Amino acid sequence: MKPTDIKNPEYFHRVVDCQYACPAHTPVPEYIRLILHERFTKAYMINWVSNVFPGILGRVCDRPCEPACRRDRVEDEPVAICRLKRVAADNRDDISARLPKAPEKKNGKKIALIGGGPASLTVARDLSLLGYELDLYDDATKAGGFMRSQVPSFRLPERVLNEEINYILDMGGITTYLNTYVSSLKEILDQDYDAVFIGSGAPRGRDLPNLPGRQEGDKFIHVGIDWLASVVFDHVEKTGKRVLVLGGGNTAMDCCRTARRLGGEDVKVIVRSPRSEMKASEWEIEDALHEDIPILENLTPLEFIVEDGRLQGMRFEKVMPEYDEQGKRKLVPTGEEPVVLECDEVLLAIGQQNAFPFIEPECNIAFDDYGLPKLDPVTLQSSVPTVFFGGDSAFGPGNIIIAVAHGHEAAISIDLLCRGEDLHNRPEPEVTLAGQKLGFHDWLYDSHVTEDERQHVPMVDKAKSLRDRLVEVELGYGEQGGKVEAKRCLNCDVQTVFDEGLCIECDACVDACPTTCINFIENGEEEELRERLLVPARNKEQSLYVSDILSTGRVMVKDENVCLHCGICAERCPTAAWEMIKYTYKSAKAGDR
Amino acid sequence: MSYVRPTFRHPDAQKNKLGYTRKAYEGAISTLCAGCGHDSIVSSIITAFFEMSIEPHKVVKLSGIGCSSKTPAYFLGRSHGFNSVHGRMPSVATGANMANKDLVYLGVSGDGDTASIGMGQFAHVVRRNLNMIYVVMNNGCYGLTKGQDSATADKGSKSRKGAPVSFESIDLCELAILLGADFVARGFSGDKKQLLPMLKAAISHKGMAFVDVISPCVTFNNAPTSTKSYSWVRDHMEATATFDFIPLQQEILTEYDHGTTIPVALHDGSIITLYKREDKEILTNKKDAINSLEEAKAEDQILTGILYLNPDSEDFHDINQTTDTPLNQLTEEELCPGNEVLQAFNESLR
Repeated sequence: MKPTDIKNPEYFHRVVDCQYACPAHTPVPEYIRLILHERFTKAYMINWVSNVFPGILGRVCDRPCEPACRRDRVEDEPVAICRLKRVAADNRDDISARLPKAPEKKNGKKIALIGGGPASLTVARDLSLLGYELDLYDDATKAGGFMRSQVPSFRLPERVLNEEINYILDMGGITTYLNTYVSSLKEILDQDYDAVFIGSGAPRGRDLPNLPGRQEGDKFIHVGIDWLASVVFDHVEKTGKRVLVLGGGNTAMDCCRTARRLGGEDVKVIVRSPRSEMKASEWEIEDALHEDIPILENLTPLEFIVEDGRLQGMRFEKVMPEYDEQGKRKLVPTGEEPVVLECDEVLLAIGQQNAFPFIEPECNIAFDDYGLPKLDPVTLQSSVPTVFFGGDSAFGPGNIIIAVAHGHEAAISIDLLCRGEDLHNRPEPEVTLAGQKLGFHDWLYDSHVTEDERQHVPMVDKAKSLRDRLVEVELGYGEQGGKVEAKRCLNCDVQTVFDEGLCIECDACVDACPTTCINFIENGEEEELRERLLVPARNKEQSLYVSDILSTGRVMVKDENVCLHCGICAERCPTAAWEMIKYTYKSAKAGDR
Repeated sequence: MSYVRPTFRHPDAQKNKLGYTRKAYEGAISTLCAGCGHDSIVSSIITAFFEMSIEPHKVVKLSGIGCSSKTPAYFLGRSHGFNSVHGRMPSVATGANMANKDLVYLGVSGDGDTASIGMGQFAHVVRRNLNMIYVVMNNGCYGLTKGQDSATADKGSKSRKGAPVSFESIDLCELAILLGADFVARGFSGDKKQLLPMLKAAISHKGMAFVDVISPCVTFNNAPTSTKSYSWVRDHMEATATFDFIPLQQEILTEYDHGTTIPVALHDGSIITLYKREDKEILTNKKDAINSLEEAKAEDQILTGILYLNPDSEDFHDINQTTDTPLNQLTEEELCPGNEVLQAFNESLR
C-alpha cells in the first residue's frame, strides 16, 4: 500500500467516527471533554455553531453518531452522545452575550425562505450574520416546522423549541411572515429576491384511500402527522380508549405514545413487516414498549370495520416475509384466518410524501419520477439557478440534523451565487492540529479509558408522564451521570501520528497497545495486508494507517478500527515517533473563503 | 502517565486451545523506560505461552534483581512467581523444581544478575541441567543504577557518553555450552520472528534451556557505538541455521527435503527444523558450536539462533532418580515410611 497521506484533512476526519457520521460534522469529542470539565456554556456554543439546535437535538436527534461510535465496537454500547448534548444545553449559563448579531449594514441581498423548519432556520442564521435580509414564510403560527408540529412535547418541550428558534429570529435581518401559506412560487420569484430557499418539508402523510371502510369511518381515522400537529395546536385533546397505530417508523412511535396521553388505554402498533425490520429507532421503540404499547408484526390491513357509522375495528391479513435472491422482501399471506382487532380510532403513520402544490409548472423547476426536485447534490441548487431546496423537501423524509446540514450547504451556495462565484468552488473546512504532550508521559487530554457502562437517563414516573402530554419524559443526566458518561468518550479526535524518520523499530508500541492495532510488517496490497496483521483487520470501513518504508524494509501499519486513543503507544515510544495530536475539523460555513 | 492498561482488547482477538485470549497471559503495565528491549521479550514470552496453550497456573516465573528481574510483573499475571535475592534465582528455581517437577519453570535474569553477582549460581544450575528456561535479558549495562558497563559489555564498545569498555566480555552462551547446557540460543529483542519460536523450543526442551537475548537499554546503552544497540545489532546480526519450531500438538504436514532441512525431535515430541546453510554446520556438535561463536566474534558479527542443541539430555531429576510425584502430593506415609525402612536403607549403605 502507498503511505497514508495524513495531510489530507479527510483522513483523520474519518477516524473521528462520530463527527464523520454527523451530517453537520459537529466536533463531538471536543464538546464532550468540555462537559467533563463542566464548561457547559462553551460546549453548548460549539454545538450551536455547528448544529444550530443543541437543546432540541440533545432530545430528539436521530443520532447517526451513536451507531458509528468506536466505543460500540470495543464495548457493547456507544457513548450517549445525544444526551450529553442535552447536558450542555441544560447546564449552560445565559449565552445571549455570546450570540453573534447580524451586522447593522446590510449587503443589499434579499433571500426568501419558504417553510420555517430547521433547514430554513439554518439558512437564515448563516446568512443573516453576513448581512443578508431574509424573509421567512410559514403557514403555522410559530416557526419550527416539523420540529414543532410532529415532535410531541413529552419529548421536546415547547420552551426549548422557542428558546433556540428565537436565538435565530432575534439576530436581526430576518423578517417572519407567519400564518402565511405560500400558494404560488411564481409570485415569490416575481419579487426582487436574489435567491429562494425551499424548506417546506414532506408535508403529506400517506393514507389508505381505497381500503374498504375508509370513507365510512373517516371520522375515526386520522393521518398521523396531521393528527400530531392537531394535538400540538390543541385541535385534538382526546382520543378513544382503544387506538390502533399503523406503521413502524418514528412517527408511529410518536403517535402511539401521544395517544397514551390523550386517554388511549389500549394502544397497539401494527406493522406489516417483521418487527426487526421496523424503521423506528431502537430507543424510540423501547420507549413505546416501556409505556405498555404492544407491537404486532406481520399484519397487513384488509378493511376498516364500520357499523352504524362507528368504527368497530380493523381486519388484517397475516403475512410472512419471503426474500428473493437479491434480498428483496415480499410479504406473502400465510393463509391463516384474518385477524380482527377492535378499536375506536386508527392513526395512519405509514409514511410521508413530498408535495409541492405551490410550485407552478411555469416556474420551470424540474422534478424526478418520485416527485422530488432535481438538485445538484452538493450545492442543492435546482434547475432554476436562484432556487435551492433543503431538508425533507430536497431528497424526501430525513431528519433534523440532515436538514441542518442542508441549511449550511444551501447558505454557502446562496452566498457564492450572490457574490457571483462558482458554486462548486466551495470553502475548505478549517483544520487544526495541536500536540497534546504536557510533560514526560503526560497528556493534555484525559487519556484514561474508563470501564463504566452506558449510563441510563433518569425518567419521570410513568404514571405521571402519561397523565399529561406536556410533561417531558426524560429528566436528562444529573451531574454525576453526565460526568461518568462523558468520561466514556475515547477522544478519537486525539490522533496517533507516526513519524517513520524517528522510529527505531523497538516494537514498544506493538507490545504496549491494548487492542493490538499496531504492526511492523512487510508491505503488500491492502486486501492481503489486512489479513496478515496481528489481528486481521476485517472491518473494511476502517482505514489502515500505513507509513513509509522503515530502515528494516518493513512498514508500520495501524488498523484504526478499535484504537482506544489511550496514548500508550506514544507513552511507550522512546523517540516520540508516535505523538498524540488533537485534530479539529470545522466544516466550512457561508462566508468562509 | 498511564499506570494501568485499558482492559479492552481487540474484539476479534484469537483464542488458544484452552479458550483463552492472550489477555490471560498478560501482566501489569510495564514501568520500564519507554522502548526498553525487555518489553519485547516480555511480549514474546506472553505470546509463546499463549500460543503453546500452557495453563498459566502451571508456570512458575522466577527472577533476581535488576531491570530484567522486574519484568515477571509484566507477564503471566496468573502464574506463580518468586522475586529472589540478587543473583540467587537459580537456587530458588532448583528448590522449587525439586519439590514439583510438574510445573514449567521460567527464570528471568539480567547480565548483572547472571554474569556478575550470580555467576556462581548460574554455573551450577547449568551443570546440574535443571529443567527450566533460563532467559537472560542482556543489555550490557547496569540500567537500574544509571548504566555502568556490565560483564557482558564487549571490549571496545562505547555506551552513551561512556568510555570504551576496557575488559574482556563474558559470552554467556559460550559459557553455558562449556558448562553442559543442552539447549543454548541467542536472540535479539528487536527480532520477534526469531525470538518467538526460540522461546517455544526452549519451553519444549527438557533440561536447561539457556536463552541469551540481546536487549538494548534505550536510556543508557543505545548509542550507535555500543554493540548492544538496536542499530549495531541489526547491522551485525548473523543467524545460524534459521529454524522453525513445530510443537507436538501440531500435525506435521511438510515433507522434509533432507538436502536443506534437518529435523531435530525434542523430548516432548516437538520438532525443530533447521535450515542448513552451505557455510554452516548444523550445531548439535559442541565443538562446532563454540567454533562458530568464536568465528563470528572474530568477524565482528553477533551469532543468533539456536547455537547448540542436544535433544537427548538428562535433567537433574533423571540424574538424581527423584520421585515423579510432586512432593505436595505425597502422603505422610510415603514421605516418612518409618524406622524399619530407614534401618534397611542405612544397612544397604554399610
